[in-house]
Parts: sequence; structure tokens; C-alpha cells
Amino acid sequence: MSATATGAATEVTFLEAIGRALADEMRADDRVFLIGEDVGRYGGAFRVTAGLLDEFGPRRVIDTPISESGFTGAAIGAAMMGLRPVVEYQFIDFIANAFDMVVNFAGTNRYRWGQKVPLVLRGPSGGRVSGSAFHSANPEAYFHRAPGLKIVYPATAEDAYGLLRAAIRDPNPVLFFEHKYLYRRVKGTLPEGLETLPLGRARLARAGRDLTVITWSAMVHVALEAAATLAAEGIEIEIVDLRTLKPMDEAAILASVEKTNRALVLSEEPVTGSVAGDVAARIAERAFWSLDAPVARVGCLDTPVPYSPPLEDFYLPNAAKLAARVRELVSG
Amino acid sequence: MTTSASPLGPLHPDVEPRRERLAATALPRESQLELYRYLQLNRRLEDRLTNLYRQGKVVGGLYSSRGQEAISVGSAYALGPRDVVGPLIRNLGSLLVRGVAPREILTQYMARGTSPTGGKDCNLHFGDLARGLVSPISMLGALVPVLAGVALAAKYRGEDSVALTYIGDGGTSTGDFHEGMNLAAVLEVPLVVVAEHNGYAYSTPTERQMKIKDLAQRAVAYGIPARIVDGNDVLAVYEATRQAVSEARAGGGPRMLEVKTFRMKGHAEHDDAGYVPPELFERWRARDPIARFERHLADEGLATRAELDAILADVDRRLDEDVDFALASPWPPPERALEGVYEEGET
Repeated sequence: MSATATGAATEVTFLEAIGRALADEMRADDRVFLIGEDVGRYGGAFRVTAGLLDEFGPRRVIDTPISESGFTGAAIGAAMMGLRPVVEYQFIDFIANAFDMVVNFAGTNRYRWGQKVPLVLRGPSGGRVSGSAFHSANPEAYFHRAPGLKIVYPATAEDAYGLLRAAIRDPNPVLFFEHKYLYRRVKGTLPEGLETLPLGRARLARAGRDLTVITWSAMVHVALEAAATLAAEGIEIEIVDLRTLKPMDEAAILASVEKTNRALVLSEEPVTGSVAGDVAARIAERAFWSLDAPVARVGCLDTPVPYSPPLEDFYLPNAAKLAARVRELVSG
Repeated sequence: MTTSASPLGPLHPDVEPRRERLAATALPRESQLELYRYLQLNRRLEDRLTNLYRQGKVVGGLYSSRGQEAISVGSAYALGPRDVVGPLIRNLGSLLVRGVAPREILTQYMARGTSPTGGKDCNLHFGDLARGLVSPISMLGALVPVLAGVALAAKYRGEDSVALTYIGDGGTSTGDFHEGMNLAAVLEVPLVVVAEHNGYAYSTPTERQMKIKDLAQRAVAYGIPARIVDGNDVLAVYEATRQAVSEARAGGGPRMLEVKTFRMKGHAEHDDAGYVPPELFERWRARDPIARFERHLADEGLATRAELDAILADVDRRLDEDVDFALASPWPPPERALEGVYEEGET
């Protein structure tokens, strides 16, 4: 293993895992650089890039004016010239300002004229922190149907580390969403020698026999919480953590559903037009005859993300809501 | 001096100089004849495309650079082999100067399987970094930050190549233009932006797009040096671009040129431009960049009529061959539509 690999196994937070992945890829490859708002001296709004300016200097850690479309476009241009930019959005909500660059340009170049765009677009996402409508986005559905992009949305520190390094090495534009609720609450151990984990592969987060919950990111932890409650009642749910939404590990989804004969898709998105809907459709099309119950979706309200904790709690899925829906499906 | 401080804009005919002499240049005769060849290739290829469009052979829209050829040709001619260009829809001449063959353009417009994109995209919408070309982007302004990033990559690697892109008067109102110009200025990257002031954004005249007279005024706000250039003088465009490229290459940061010109057709072939006062067309027809350059070549004793005719005959022969090639080219196989969304493997 090269010097870029982690040394002995170490416990890190989800946030530290991401910072380490960036630093390790930058040490391994001079083409990798960071660009975004306040990523340099300040170390990013959440301090993910803290210390990287000191180690790598302003050539490779580039602070920009507030111009998401501008610096995303510049990163695409640099990527086309053979560099490996990693773009940080201060909050992933602000990627909306760069939507044209990401969807119309970055995602289409390979198809239209054969030009690869090796690029990572990353930032803090998700709610449950009273961030309100402009600082709580889960934007995966906006990009899920856009051709040419990959979408990674990890739930654990180990996955965040290994998948981010894989995303940086991938020759395509990769959206890498980091649920901010997990940044300092989730810890994990990076195994000795870990470099990359493959994109496009789901992870079995829990084995069970009665129903499959397909989910990703922070909702994996909600599903695990519900699983403990349900196990006490004799209901064993299986949890498939997709980790990568695009490409989606459909084989892992179908294999689990064919075993448990029930499927529920849990996600932190408004249900209408969600990625969860795409997962449910795939199950309905390809595993219909294995199903003992309708495919269910548990997600957010079809509203903007509200601010006040009672409102946001009501808006978000949680373990109790999930468990209630699982009971209906299993007993039905 | 190759540039003029006075506005040459279509909206200010009273101050339009009547100057017939083209800008001074040290370009040798052979190079000037090469410029002439590119100008004529640009115009005559577009004339062929207009005919093919009327025959229903062009399956999408057709966009003309008529009257603006000197800008594309003159600016691209000022670049070095490792420089990178991001052209827009009216920059056919830039592609030709970078070595794109007419048949590539013809098969693109005609959506044939032999086109550079294999039928996947239209008109000039392809790139080839081996020839220093980035694909145009229809969303105007977007190329400015993208080419700023191309320039950033050169600076990152310590290379001295320069990125050049174009914008129209309409495109300078976009957020991407602003973000790209400002970013390029702050990052001090070697970017040259050629702003073509051709009087109309589709049907909207400049005075309905902005409250300033010169696009160069926009550059002032970014701290980017800009010059106003006669866009219908290929030598002026060449010399001004050469100077701007040289300054950017030397580490001076971005540069902008405002080139005053006029769009001599509608936005696209379907548009009869009935909203343009006929006298504007007349005034600008008298300033046609190719006719002016021909007179310059004759006045300076650089070419005889017979020599120019020989160039034209060669251009026409080349176009005959390439039109035949495009017409004989097959459609792409339908299942190609599935191919190439992702790059496979690690980098």
C-alpha cells in the first residue's frame, strides 16, 4: 500500500473522514485541488478543509468570490484540461446557482463530444439542524435524472472516506453529498490501508427477514433505530444502504426484496418526484411477483423545509414514523 | 495604433469613422492571403449551408456569422498552437482557423453519422482539445467561467497557454458573464474575452439590453483592461487580439476586446430580421469585412485579382468535395443514442 493509505486504524468523525480523504488524495495526486468559498484560511463553513491551506498552499486550496456558477464552470474547465478539481459549496442548497453548469454542461460533455470531466462537487446537505429552507436541502432528485452525473450519499465515516477518494479518481462528474447532521455525530474507524470503496455498490447495513428498507445517508441511522424497536416486537427488517444513488445498485435492492418480499423506501426528500419513487418503480417493475405488500415510501412532506423544531420534526421522517409504516406492511 | 477610442457602434452612425484603411500590421503577404482564404471559406461554407438548409438537408437551426467573419478569423489567427478557444455559434471562422474541416461542420449540421459527435449534437457544438477547442454552450455567458477554468489549469501547471472565448452584446447581461469575468480577474488567469457587439440579441437592440454604449465599460467594473476594436477590419482584430493574448500570456491577467460589428442576417436562418431598419444593413454592407480586406490587398499590392480568384476556386473545390462527402454520409445507427454517457474506468 502506498504512503497515501491511512496508517493504523483510527477513529474519526464523519467530518474528519472527509477532510482526511481530501488530504490523502491531494498528497497522492498533484492534479487534485480544492475550490470554493472560504475553503482556505477559514477551512470551510463547517471546517471540513481546515488545515489544508497550510499543507498545500493557495495554488491548491482556492478561495473564490461568491459565484457558484462561476467557480463550478471554472472547475469544469480545469477538469477538461486534465486537473481533478473538488468543488465545495458552502451549503449544498447553493448548487442550485450552478445547476446549468452541472446539468447542461458537466453532465453532457462526455456524451456530446467525448470529453471527460473528472470533477467532484461536494457540500453539506440535509436537515434536522434548524437550517430552514435555504440550508437544509437534499438535492439528489434534481440531479438523479440528469444524464452523465454520478451521485454519492454516504452514511458512515468509512464510506465517506473511501467513496470520496473513489469519487475524486472517477473520470466523471460526481456529486458528493455530506449530511451535516452526521458531521460530528457519526464516528467510525478507518481500517488500516483503506483507500477507495467502489461507487455503485450498496451496503447491507442490517440483515433481516421481514421487510427491506432501502435508504441512504442520515436515514440509514433512522432505519437502524427503528430496527431495534421493531426487533423487540419480533419484526426483523433488512436495511440496504445505497451509498451511491447513481449508478444505483439495483441488483442489491432486488436480491434483498426477493428475500424479504416487502419493500419500503426511506428518504429525506419530499416524496413527490423523489429518488425514492425511482427505487419503488424499479422494485414494482422487476420484483412485483416477489411482493407480499405494496411498495411503500416514507419521506418528507411536500413542503419547503420548515425552521421551528416542532415543524421540522413533523416534516422529517423519523424512527417512529418508519416503524409504524413497517408494522402496517408486515401485518397487512 | 490598432484600436480606436471612439465607439463604432451601429447605434452611433454619426461618430462612425469613414476610415477605409485597415489597421497597420507586420503580417507578411502569405499570412494575409491565408486570412483571406479563411474569411472566404467561412462565408462560402455558410452560403453552402444556407442552400442545404433550404433543401431540408440541415435538420436543425442554421446560424450565420455573415458580416462578423473578421472577428472569428482574426482573433483565432492570433493564437498559438497550445492556446484553447471556446467558440460561440457565430464563430465558425475560429474553428476553421483551428483546423476544423468544412466536412466536419457540414456533417454536424446535417446530423450524419460521420460528424464529429457521431450525430449526437448539432452545428458547431463539438470540441477537440487536441486542436484547442472547447464545445460551445448555448446558455450564453457560460463559456466565460469555463474558459477561466481552462486558463486556471494553465496557470496551475505553470504553462504559458492562453484561453480565449467570445460573448455577444446580449450575453454580457448574464450572471455567468459577470461571475466568469470577476473570477478570472480575481484569480489573475490568462483569459481573453472577445465581446462581439453586433447590435442585436435575437430581435432586441443594444439600447434595450443595457444603458451603456460600449461593452468595454463592463470590463472596467472587473478591473480588466479592455479595448474597442473595429470588428470589420480583420487586421485590427488580429493585432488587438495578438496584443491582448501576449499580455495575458505574460501574466497580466485577463483582457477583453470589444469588437464593433453588425449581424447581417437574422438570429438564425428562420428569422428574416424584419425588426432591423434596412438602412442599418445598407450602412454595414458598405463596411463588409471581406470586401474591405480585398480592397486592402489590392491597394497594398499584395495580390492580383487572378491570385484572389485562384484562392476562391480552391475554396470552392474544397467545399464541393466536402458537401459531396456530407451528402453521401449515412445517418448514425439509432442505438448509438445509448453510447458514451459515462467515461469508463479510473483516470
